[in-house]
Amino acid sequence: MADLKTKAMGIEFKNPVLAASGTVGFGEEVSEIFDLSVLGGICSKGLTLSERNGNTGIRLWETPMGLINSIGLQNPGVDNYINCELPRMKSYDTVIIANLGGHCEEDYFEGIYKLNESDVDLIELNISCPNIKTGGMAFGIKASSSYDIVSKIKKICRKPLMVKLSPNAENIPEMAIACEEAGADGLSLINTIQAMAIDIKNRKAVFDNIYAGLSGPCVKPIALRMVHQAASVVKIPVCGLGGIMSAEDAIEFIMAGATLVQVGTANFINPTVMVDIINCISEFMDREEIKSLEEIRGIV
Amino acid sequence: MITISRILENKEIEKNIFILYVEFTGSIRPGQFFMLKTPDNSFLLPRPLSVNKVADNQVRFLYRAEGKGTIKISTMKKGDELQLLGPLGNGFNLDMLRGKIAVVGGGIGIAPLLYLTECLGKQAEVYLGFKDCVYTVDEFKKYSDRVLTVTEDGSSGEKGYVTDYIDYASYDAVVACGPEIMMNKIMKSCKESNIRCYVSLERRMACGIGVCLGCTVMTNYGNRRVCKDGPVFSGEELI
Repeated sequence: MADLKTKAMGIEFKNPVLAASGTVGFGEEVSEIFDLSVLGGICSKGLTLSERNGNTGIRLWETPMGLINSIGLQNPGVDNYINCELPRMKSYDTVIIANLGGHCEEDYFEGIYKLNESDVDLIELNISCPNIKTGGMAFGIKASSSYDIVSKIKKICRKPLMVKLSPNAENIPEMAIACEEAGADGLSLINTIQAMAIDIKNRKAVFDNIYAGLSGPCVKPIALRMVHQAASVVKIPVCGLGGIMSAEDAIEFIMAGATLVQVGTANFINPTVMVDIINCISEFMDREEIKSLEEIRGIV
Repeated sequence: MITISRILENKEIEKNIFILYVEFTGSIRPGQFFMLKTPDNSFLLPRPLSVNKVADNQVRFLYRAEGKGTIKISTMKKGDELQLLGPLGNGFNLDMLRGKIAVVGGGIGIAPLLYLTECLGKQAEVYLGFKDCVYTVDEFKKYSDRVLTVTEDGSSGEKGYVTDYIDYASYDAVVACGPEIMMNKIMKSCKESNIRCYVSLERRMACGIGVCLGCTVMTNYGNRRVCKDGPVFSGEELI
């Protein structure tokens, strides 16, 4: 049996497959379907300092092999997460990752102070949510703004920090380097691609916010390219995500240089897909006589 | 909870209205639904369909082939496989439905009400509203002695809207599923008559299990997920 253990950001992961933020909530519902302890880790639904109701209007729109969402960071807020969700999440024997977004610097700082005191294993810093007007994406477009916010957060953050990059960034290699130089312990990419849909009968944008975030298998080739670009220029571990539906997709990301991968939209299509992906990565390694993922990581 | 199941029958009973029988073993509450997907990649997300009827080792769905997903499902044949996730959602709480119950369906919204009517038996009085063509009315008559059909054009049964024919005050509770405009009217009338009311909502869904937050509705008690906290809500939660 192949060894899938992966060490990154000072943390031991059982395997490199993590649940992407916003696709398993806080784990409770999915835990009724399979044992979450088989996962490498779970990223929480995107948290903000205060509770958010999320966006009005249509929130989901299917496209050919894709999904546009405009959820708008509906979440219970950091305090409720720490008090009500985290204790249960910690009962799953897997790495617990808090995904933190913010409206402004102070929100991020306050959220980090609270998470510092909690049992989360890792913080994924969302500077890339396209779905709320001040959802942090402003921090994720220009490398200089990202450097600024990440270095400030890194000064106060006592947990390992993985910065989630937006595909809407001006320049992915520059952005990756800026975050590494600012002290990020790891990077994850890509967040959803800013997109839109129009209801031609009503002659209106489908989403109240006009623009929303595209994910799913249609974004995978773009995500793979961006992960390859980022992993080529930084030494810190890169967590690859974007349209991973199968073990083959995950292996492509690993060959492009990803240390870890996240599975997102695929969880909506089949809630047990991550179990299949983990098993099939292992089978692939056995078949190809790969003992450790190190042998193929970044091989392309 | 997630299975690959074989189609036993899939037939068009009226224009674009289909009845689908799929293998399933397990208990299902009336008002619950399944997420259905074809194993190929002709569409990405599973589609939520409410349970129309339950029999030994099979579940029946009544659906309208309207969008990409349901049109694809409508082309599936006996023996083909479907990915089935469910049963999902809260379903109707039969303990809250004691006494005389009005069961009101509009169009394809009648789908979850047949199984409910079967469970309620004689205590249910059924009102079925359609635009023009009517379907599965006789099946409701198997379980309820009073089934009133209403069509907008009067081509079958009474003419007009189903909501014109309900004497709310004569019921202990009203259950409705159909167009939002119909359900809103019913909830309002029930509130005025101080009658308990339950409606089954429909929303776009991605996951069906309560994690994507795509089907959120704002209620008087905050955000609720149609797939997990619903699809059945009480009138007092919604208006």
